Amino acid sequence: MKLKLRFTWDTSILLILAVVWVAASLTTDNFLSSINVSQIFSNTSEITIMAFGVIFLIILGEIDLSVASILALGSSMLGWSYAHGAPIWLAIIICMAVGTLCGFINGFLVTKVGLGSLAVTIGTLALYRGIANGILGTNTINEFPEFWTGWGFDTIGTSFIPQSLPIIILFGIGFALLLHNTPFGRRTLAIGQSPEAARFAGINVVRHKIIVFTFTGFMSGVAGVIYTFRFSTAQADNGIGLELLVISACLLGGVSIFGGIGTMWGVIAGVLLAGSVESWLTLREINAQWRTIVTGILLLISVAAPVLINKAKAAKVRAENKS
Amino acid sequence: MAQKGDLLLQMKGVQKRFGGAIALRGTDLSIRAGEIHALLGENGAGKSTMLKILAGVHVNDGGTISLGDKPFITGSPEAAIAQGIAVIYQEPSLFLDLTLAENVFIGRQPMKGVAIDWAQAQVEAARLFAELGVPLDPKRQARGLSIADQQVVEIAKALSMNANIILMDEPTAALSASEVERLMTVMKSLKAANKAVIFVSHRLDEVFVISDYITVMRDGATVSENPVTGTDLQKVIKEMVGRELTELFPKTENKIGGVALEIKDLTNPAYFRNISFTVRHGEIVALAGLVGSGRSEVARAIFGIDKYTTGSVKVNGKDLAKGSPVAAMAEKIALVPEDRRQQGLFMIAGVNRNISMESFDRIKGKIFLNFKKERALTEIWREKLSIKYESQSNPVESLSGGNQQKTVLAKWLATDPDILIVDEPTRGIDVGTKAEVHKLINAAAGEGKAVLMISSELPEVLGMADRIIVMREGHKVAELSRSEATQEKVIAAATTGSKGA
Repeated sequence: MKLKLRFTWDTSILLILAVVWVAASLTTDNFLSSINVSQIFSNTSEITIMAFGVIFLIILGEIDLSVASILALGSSMLGWSYAHGAPIWLAIIICMAVGTLCGFINGFLVTKVGLGSLAVTIGTLALYRGIANGILGTNTINEFPEFWTGWGFDTIGTSFIPQSLPIIILFGIGFALLLHNTPFGRRTLAIGQSPEAARFAGINVVRHKIIVFTFTGFMSGVAGVIYTFRFSTAQADNGIGLELLVISACLLGGVSIFGGIGTMWGVIAGVLLAGSVESWLTLREINAQWRTIVTGILLLISVAAPVLINKAKAAKVRAENKS
Repeated sequence: MAQKGDLLLQMKGVQKRFGGAIALRGTDLSIRAGEIHALLGENGAGKSTMLKILAGVHVNDGGTISLGDKPFITGSPEAAIAQGIAVIYQEPSLFLDLTLAENVFIGRQPMKGVAIDWAQAQVEAARLFAELGVPLDPKRQARGLSIADQQVVEIAKALSMNANIILMDEPTAALSASEVERLMTVMKSLKAANKAVIFVSHRLDEVFVISDYITVMRDGATVSENPVTGTDLQKVIKEMVGRELTELFPKTENKIGGVALEIKDLTNPAYFRNISFTVRHGEIVALAGLVGSGRSEVARAIFGIDKYTTGSVKVNGKDLAKGSPVAAMAEKIALVPEDRRQQGLFMIAGVNRNISMESFDRIKGKIFLNFKKERALTEIWREKLSIKYESQSNPVESLSGGNQQKTVLAKWLATDPDILIVDEPTRGIDVGTKAEVHKLINAAAGEGKAVLMISSELPEVLGMADRIIVMREGHKVAELSRSEATQEKVIAAATTGSKGA
């Protein structure tokens, strides 16, 4: 079987990523140094983990703005329960369980109560972080077992690979297979392409959405665990604003904001691109305002480009089939 | 101002083709001031094309159109309005949050200096409503108005733009009986004001009550134009149907088995009441009737897309849970829906993705989909149905309508259903592909599948079905066997049939 490389946004983003890496290593001394590459991976780990869930939601035509607040609530619960004597393994499970519950609540409100996911998750964005504030207030918990904080911060042996990376890769492979190689993934794409046709195809749309919201919550909980140990900190304003980076990475990776289109490797490339550009600009000592502006421009291009590419492609196919 | 009886509009030998398809092959129409003129014909006879040319949406390829003594300027909806032609569509498009006066004068508000003169607009709107005989409050919001009253607002808007020819495309299709009365009052007021009304309707009983003239179209040409006193129901139906039934529908005689699908007293008060019928294995049963008579809703209720309030659906003698397509599919029911673009297909997904959508079990290992098996499955159905595409991964939106329809059929035939429900299986596809689709449906029945076919095309219904059930306004009004069914009987039942039957 021959591999056919088609020019789509998610293939072109790999190209852009390569270009950025070449340009960055030529213009800085240590962009491709092991310590910097390691930094790029570990700086993007929570975003990547949350994006694995959020990509499914955006493909479904929904959105979750509360993921970073779920991260914070999970992290706060982790810290609070550990500080109150729970064993660390239990505190970690509590963090992920809280995330799962928060995701389920989002899904329940969106599907069963019939509110828009934008409205619901703007609400829960405030609510979940509010509860985190209620639990920890302005307290910070940063006494954790060394094994775990090491796991969040250290690299494997003398290599540059962060210890948390294998877990992220495992999740990545799992969710990529789920999206592209299972009926569940096909149904996710189908619902996003046409909710009405999905109903006529016998897909239980409500159940499907609740499941996706719930595992997005679970992944946000996992991100909460990683964040807590990476910074050895459980506090209520952990990960503030990360939700926008997660959504940006998905769009940058070619997921259509209108639903129905998206690939997992596009999103991974999107996360790495955002992380690499950030790192490049930091190494060049370009100030934070400019970095934000560059990210914004990248995002606009990423939203416009797939639309334009797909239009051109569709026109080409139509012309071919007519002749 | 036109005098009663003045010739307002004359169309002579008007032609229109779309690509290879001829929509109008020389139609004539004369409209006089102060007359209500009905335009009748089967689906596809060319009525809508005529209206769209007059509305400025399409440009005719041949023939002449004159307004009074001036030629009609085609091709622009704005120009059509400026020339005094207004179109009222079946579904009015009012701004629901604005008041009626604002809707009537939207974009052309009367001004007092630099400000909009709302008082003037309200007085003016009230006067128009009064003229139409429907005293609506110009200050109320459009939201909550009945469809009929929304149409009245649209008509008032047309009058405020000095329209003297009002086109109405199936204005009564979505109206209840009392609303129809109301619209008729308005039509009479327009007539009294020496306006001309052209309306398309499939409800022949209404047509004979309200119109002055009746023009019948068939296959893109005018068949007759008569004053209402010079024709009758039987004659009009004959003219509409016209053609002989040809060998287009080679009916194969199938062995008919036991009852597969049994519908009993199925009721959803909004759409249909007390519908009962059976479909046997190997049998094709057609559900005939006008658009809006509740046929598709019955199909949707059987398949579980919508719920029904009372009644039952039995598959091979077993009760089927209501409101669950999953349950319907488990009992091997397939529904090829009416609107293939919205309901039948995932337009941006590839042909292979669409065909395999209901057959994951066939292309799956333990957990993961096997792309090789998916390709093979698609190839099998491409061959069986001769679907034409460049590559399996071409999005179905790039296929022609006929090939899209075949893709939907393939998707559901791939599930090997026992009961196949097809809703308007040949709508909008060319004659050659139509014959292929008919052959496929016949073949499915030949394999012992029970087929329920909804169709608005009479030749299709009469040519394909073993039994015909006719619906009218949500009621079953006739059940005809193949031998007793004629076009006249079906049309008569669909348009005037009594609900007691």
